[in-house]
Amino acid sequence: MKPDNRIRSWEITSEANFVSRRRFIRDAGLAVGAALTGATALALPGRASASLRDLETVPGPFSTDETPNSWEDVTTYNNFYEFGTGKEDPYRNAQEFVTEPWTVKVGGECDKPGKYDYADIVGPHALEDRVYRHRCVEAWSMVVPWVGFPLGDLLKRFEPNSKAKYVRFKTLFDPDRMPGQRRAVLRWPYVEGLTMAEAMHPLTLMVVGVYGKELPNQNGAPLRLVIPWKYGFKGIKSIVEIEFTSRQPKNSWALATPREYGFYANVNPEVDHPRWSQARERRIGASVFAEKQPTLMFNGYAEQVASLYAGLDLRKNY
Amino acid sequence: MLQTLSPGTVRALKVLVFLLCLVPLAVLVLETFGVGGMALGANPVEELIHRNGKWGLKFLLITLAVTPLRRLTGWNWLIRFRRMLGLFAFFYILLHFLVYAGLDQRFDLAVIFEDIAERPYITIGMTALVLLIPLAVTSTRGMMRRLGRRWQQLHRLVYPIAILGVWHFYWQVKLDTLEALIYAAVLAALLGFRLAHWWRRRAPGRFSLSRSGHDRTAHARRSV
Ligand code: HEM
Repeated sequence: MKPDNRIRSWEITSEANFVSRRRFIRDAGLAVGAALTGATALALPGRASASLRDLETVPGPFSTDETPNSWEDVTTYNNFYEFGTGKEDPYRNAQEFVTEPWTVKVGGECDKPGKYDYADIVGPHALEDRVYRHRCVEAWSMVVPWVGFPLGDLLKRFEPNSKAKYVRFKTLFDPDRMPGQRRAVLRWPYVEGLTMAEAMHPLTLMVVGVYGKELPNQNGAPLRLVIPWKYGFKGIKSIVEIEFTSRQPKNSWALATPREYGFYANVNPEVDHPRWSQARERRIGASVFAEKQPTLMFNGYAEQVASLYAGLDLRKNY
Repeated sequence: MLQTLSPGTVRALKVLVFLLCLVPLAVLVLETFGVGGMALGANPVEELIHRNGKWGLKFLLITLAVTPLRRLTGWNWLIRFRRMLGLFAFFYILLHFLVYAGLDQRFDLAVIFEDIAERPYITIGMTALVLLIPLAVTSTRGMMRRLGRRWQQLHRLVYPIAILGVWHFYWQVKLDTLEALIYAAVLAALLGFRLAHWWRRRAPGRFSLSRSGHDRTAHARRSV
């Protein structure tokens, strides 16, 4: 664990960098360059992080001391197909998304089912800063300073019964507000699932913020999961439903391409995606000339989670 | 009025088109080195691979559009631009490969060969690139003269190359194939135009073999 009342590493580095870089970009204002390119950096309006509220947090366990990615990387390079399939689409298309009010329907094998609004869900929990590695199935990675609380602490409050073996999560389905859902790229709504043991694991987070601020819409506001030893697509966003089940849920990517994506989706450098290698990953934010880095078993969290999968054939259960 | 252009106009246009074809490269170089705040975004290597790949494919399709356009408009001078456009296609596809091999895989030949052998979309892309090499090498006027009829036949390889290129694009997409399908539709239209043309010229040929047979080869040499 980290000492209390430390200065959060990004407060002096990344976000400040981000702001000054933005300013430079804008001041440079090279009309010629802009006209020629419509280049990424210039085309993205500099949406201020200032409109997002600061959250009151305490330092949490399990944080890596690797340098977090910049605010810009974390909030403009996202996979969130509900807002489009391009990496910058969520940033562009999610700005008008309204997350208040927000209710979560809880049901299935538990004694406290019901409709809970955002304050009911988050209110009782202390928010923790946790800097986690994030590994996408597309072989890139980031380091992200999440804000959240252990999912297990939340799930316990719903008193799952003995038949609850899995938890199933659903994203909001509302094509009017989520333009990406107007095309049937995936089967909507997005569904993800965890075993109870995975869901109760102290690494598993219900995330409500990033960089000490409320979660930007493109990152899955207002409630999303982060399971740092699994590929990013397991981290379902904008959650509106939690259901305890006795059978293994069918998750969206496994439904879409069962040969390529499974239920477990644990980060594993030895099991390749059928179309690309998972042995190495490209760290977002690194220089264009930087080398890829080796991917770690369970994304570096093997010590904490390997025991969950003792006896399971990870090649078959990808 | 555009039916014929003076040699001087064509030469001037060639310079202009040449410079235009270099704009994507210039933009990529400026972005790579962050000139004036231009940037490749969060994942620069992927961005370079994708942008070069797409420019390569675009130039391939533009090259394939020359003959249909020429036939539809009667602007025969368009043919004068075809070689340059084809070579730019090769150029951007080669860059696409070099970024992949150099920046992404650090020229690690073992990894590159493994990718080519094991990842079907890369096998296909590599096949297309290898097939493009003889076309680039024989694109000179001298080679054209030397190979005669065989030049024609050789350069018909551009059709399977374009098909492989689009197929490669389609196959590497994670899920959202819309963009690749748009490229496929454009290619289908360009190939369909040739099929229709070939069919139309062919049908009467059955009845009057000798003359139209001769015309066909003469025509084909100029225009495929
Ligand atoms: C005619 C030849 C080729 C054409 C037209 C072509 C075109 C393309 C296009 C359009 C894309 C997709 C860009 C996007 O998604 O935005 C792509 C991706 C890619 N191509 Fe090619 N390519 C060719 C040959 C090659 C070769 C020879 C290699 C390597 C040996 C290669 C490796 C790749 C890789 C690694 C990707 C990216 C896959 C990813 O991001 O997951 N390509 N190519």
